[in-house]
Amino acid sequence: MAVARTTVEVGYGGGERLMMNMGPQHPSSHGVFRAILTLEGETVVAVDAVIGYLHRCHEKLGETLTYVQYPTIASKTDYVAAMTSELAYVLAVEKIAKFEVPKRARYLRVIAAELQRIASHCLWLGTWCMDMGGALGGGATVFLYTIREREDVLDLFESLTGARLLYGFHQVGGTRYDIPPGWDAKVRATLDHIEQRLHEYEAMLEDNAFFLVRTQGVGTISQTLAQEVGVSGPLARGSGLQWDLRKAEPYSSYEDFEFRIPVETAGDCFARYRVRMVEFRESIKIVRDALAGLPDGPISSRPGVKSVGQVRVPKGEGYSRVEGARGEVGCYIVADGSPKPYRMKWRGASFSNLAVLPHILPGCKVADVVAIMGSIDPVFGEVDR
Amino acid sequence: MSLAPAAAADLIRQTFGIEPRVEDRLVTVPLAREQWPDFGRFARETLGCLYLNFLSAIDWKAEGIEVICRVENLATGVAVMMRTKLGAGELRCPTLVDVWAGANWMEREAFDMFGLTFDGHPDLRRLLLGDNWELGPPLRKDFVDSGHVPYR
Repeated sequence: MAVARTTVEVGYGGGERLMMNMGPQHPSSHGVFRAILTLEGETVVAVDAVIGYLHRCHEKLGETLTYVQYPTIASKTDYVAAMTSELAYVLAVEKIAKFEVPKRARYLRVIAAELQRIASHCLWLGTWCMDMGGALGGGATVFLYTIREREDVLDLFESLTGARLLYGFHQVGGTRYDIPPGWDAKVRATLDHIEQRLHEYEAMLEDNAFFLVRTQGVGTISQTLAQEVGVSGPLARGSGLQWDLRKAEPYSSYEDFEFRIPVETAGDCFARYRVRMVEFRESIKIVRDALAGLPDGPISSRPGVKSVGQVRVPKGEGYSRVEGARGEVGCYIVADGSPKPYRMKWRGASFSNLAVLPHILPGCKVADVVAIMGSIDPVFGEVDR
Repeated sequence: MSLAPAAAADLIRQTFGIEPRVEDRLVTVPLAREQWPDFGRFARETLGCLYLNFLSAIDWKAEGIEVICRVENLATGVAVMMRTKLGAGELRCPTLVDVWAGANWMEREAFDMFGLTFDGHPDLRRLLLGDNWELGPPLRKDFVDSGHVPYR
């Protein structure tokens, strides 16, 4: 018996349009994300991005938890780079309350943030290369290598904080943990390894004609578009914007360190890749310098703060942001004098970066969507918050 | 155009007759709702604030909802915080989508979280909340949650 089927005729000459759901469960989206693509043959003509699957209303949570409680929850917004969102939150509170942060704590924060950037970029590189799949000689090769390196960094975090993913390392006024004995030697050894291996990845990828074809000239973001959508981080720098908050608005003693801001002008996937590869090395340099110059002293100006209401924040408001692995992670807090914020707004880097997708996808091939998504490096915990 | 924060504040005073507050590089501008889109265009064209940090809102209970929008000129470092109090019970605000493309998702988020309507928005529908959400806008202060306490 014949089975009735609806068939869709796809005319490659154009004309006929096909709606295709990419997601919500698609391995290349690195999270729960649905792109409703309108296709004409292989070409994307329109895209509707559906987000919110991971929405936990962090802004409401922020209003119901005290300044002491929230930093550990903040790490759950961007769980791939948990240190940065914690830092954005505590910086905002410290700005409003005008709390001093000891120099040692500021350096520890820099070390944590830069190690986190390395770990996050490792995950980005591996998953992105895996997304682009077979073209890269088996696809999973680079992924397995970079995950190996990321694990090394997570081991360092584990011996620092006791946790591998969500740390609770920062607290208002400083950091919660000091470095354990022998940790700095382990960090140096890990960084040496990673630095050495970066050359291997570059050799694997940049000598690969398929990789170049799939990334060069694909997913171009113009400088103007990047700015008006609010794109930041490696994406903005890949589009020629010399914009890095560590330089433009130094926080947490970043002014003490020498480092370079990589800028590429092409604005395509390959430019973003280049920016991140240089950032790897700059982060390694910063961590080494910070370890070498780590001052002695207390790690918090408010040690032992554990119970609700011990952090007194006066009336006021402030916006603090940090340069996370994905760009500007900001926290805007309105304080009313109570132990909890009156209003807290998360400015997620991934949210604004992903918002550029509907502007750049039309005109691409379906296969390019995967390469572009990966090069944006969204973390859906931060998109949906 | 490259303007220092103080010069930008002067220009705002002359053009709109508003007294802005200057704090480091940040110029805070309280606006009337009618000035919202005009000032947005002014901030973009004249002050060169091409970069959109974020757009959101604050519920001031009896005083109503205030919409805030932070934009920045990345070349000069001048940042402008636009704020407008809509007034008690008022939920309509003009859109900024035609000024900054990024306002699209942010206004949809404010629509979700505060129940605000942005007049002129091309595609105002839910962004983060599910289609079956029936408890009302969660970031409004009159929102009654389910009573679940996320900690012990």
